Amino acid sequence: MSTNPTSTTETPVSLSASAAGSGHGVPAGGRQIKMEEMYLNMGPQHPSTHGVLRLGIMLEGEVIVDVIPDLGYLHRGTEKLAEHRNYMQIIHLTDRMDYLSAMNNNTGYVMVVEKVMGVKPPERAEYIRVIMCELNRIASHLLFFGTYGVDMGAVTPFLYGFRERELVLDLFEKVCGARMTHSYMRIGGVAEDLPSGFIEQCLEFIPYFRARLAEYDELLTYNPIFMDRTKGVGRLSPERALAYGVTGPMLRASGVLYDLRRDEPYSVYDHFDFEIPTGREGDCWDRYFVRMQEMRQSLSIVEQALAALPPGPVNLKTSRVLKAPEGEAYVEVENPRGQLGYYLVSDGGESPYRLHIRPPSFINLQVLPELLTGLKVGDVIAVLGSVDIVLGEVDR
Amino acid sequence: MIPAELVDLVLQKFPGVQKEQPPPKAYSDGVPILLSPPHLIVEVALFLRDAPELAMDLLKNLTAVDYGDRMTLVCHLFSLKKRHKVTLKVNLDRLEPKVESLSGIWPAANWQEREVFDLFGVQFLHHPDLRRIMLPEDWTGHPLRKDYVHEPDQYD
Repeated sequence: MSTNPTSTTETPVSLSASAAGSGHGVPAGGRQIKMEEMYLNMGPQHPSTHGVLRLGIMLEGEVIVDVIPDLGYLHRGTEKLAEHRNYMQIIHLTDRMDYLSAMNNNTGYVMVVEKVMGVKPPERAEYIRVIMCELNRIASHLLFFGTYGVDMGAVTPFLYGFRERELVLDLFEKVCGARMTHSYMRIGGVAEDLPSGFIEQCLEFIPYFRARLAEYDELLTYNPIFMDRTKGVGRLSPERALAYGVTGPMLRASGVLYDLRRDEPYSVYDHFDFEIPTGREGDCWDRYFVRMQEMRQSLSIVEQALAALPPGPVNLKTSRVLKAPEGEAYVEVENPRGQLGYYLVSDGGESPYRLHIRPPSFINLQVLPELLTGLKVGDVIAVLGSVDIVLGEVDR
Repeated sequence: MIPAELVDLVLQKFPGVQKEQPPPKAYSDGVPILLSPPHLIVEVALFLRDAPELAMDLLKNLTAVDYGDRMTLVCHLFSLKKRHKVTLKVNLDRLEPKVESLSGIWPAANWQEREVFDLFGVQFLHHPDLRRIMLPEDWTGHPLRKDYVHEPDQYD
């Protein structure tokens, strides 16, 4: 990505002065040299955008002066479709938003419907939901681990991450037959009870994966080249993170201790003992590290849930035609990428009058231009990868 | 949860603001709903954010609902310092919906307002960059409005 053909003025001094990421274009003598800006298009087909995102990047030499994200390539009108589907059919639409954490999406959706309908699933179903959500968090963070390694030029973590993710997907396949787009949650419980052999397979996976996590740290986390590329890059202060509505691991990496699983426990999260990892600097490495730590906590939650799994039914008897009474509710769940919110307005009919989805990656992505401005063009991938977006959810 | 006296604080400061009561039999999740007239929205939002007792520092969600006779803008607010919630609503004229932008108060509103503009056609005044965000720029109409008519295209 050489940018030298565009600079019209000879500015050998100004580029070195911009190393700190600010004050670019001001050489040591204080004389302002204006360079011609270059427009660099990135995406929509670009492996590092993790989907179809287009970034219009304005460069001055090698320094980014502005970033204009262009979204909507994957817009499927989920909210409009939901107005023409009944409550059960919408579960399948939610799978396809953040397709890397379909279990979590399902859970949030069935929770908002249950809330308006005033039903409460049996306790065993709640435990199964928590197990599935945490396993899905691991699978989702593993994909982040692998692809972020590739983004940073390390191909091996990709193979390791996908190898372990496969084991989680095997567990999901056992439970519901699907490796992605699970549609496993139902209004009033889950689709089916855990199959025989699931608990044993899961208990085998936990110690195996714990050992792998230590291996990942040796492989990538404390790798000097990886740290050089991510430490101190794309710093996000807690104040700016809050102003932009950033949530999830990205907010916690900036040092804000806010996790719905602990602060407003839904389902049965208040039955478990776990820690919320936070970062200090809010840079790319912290965002990576928080996710790695979260996988350890998820393992611990799964372990506790399996040990305390109560017997009983996993589903309420609900009628075939579900009708939610008139009313509205806003429910949020802690997804791997941040807080996923569902705002349901019901008029008493068979389908929602309005269903709005607050996707965490859409809101988190808003902060990208602010993070990138002033950095070098080579840091675009490092910062974008650390935001960890899924375009299916950004565009819906 | 925001205690009743904090809602009263807003109601006393702004006599034009009302507390919305849900219909008698309807479900409500208990989060208080403040209904502001469109011309007061910026003052009310600033008060909610800056009053030390309220400190609504996080705009979680901003969207709209087309009720057929009115267009309602819905903001779900949260205070990380005080750990309470409030929902702020504004009823707009459905035929010509326009309202001051909140993106100067919470930058989080920026893209969400663009989405509401794109899908509902609500004009946000003084928004820094009010363009369509999901649909192509040459799209006609706003699909989430209840009177939107889908023109069959090559895919139907």
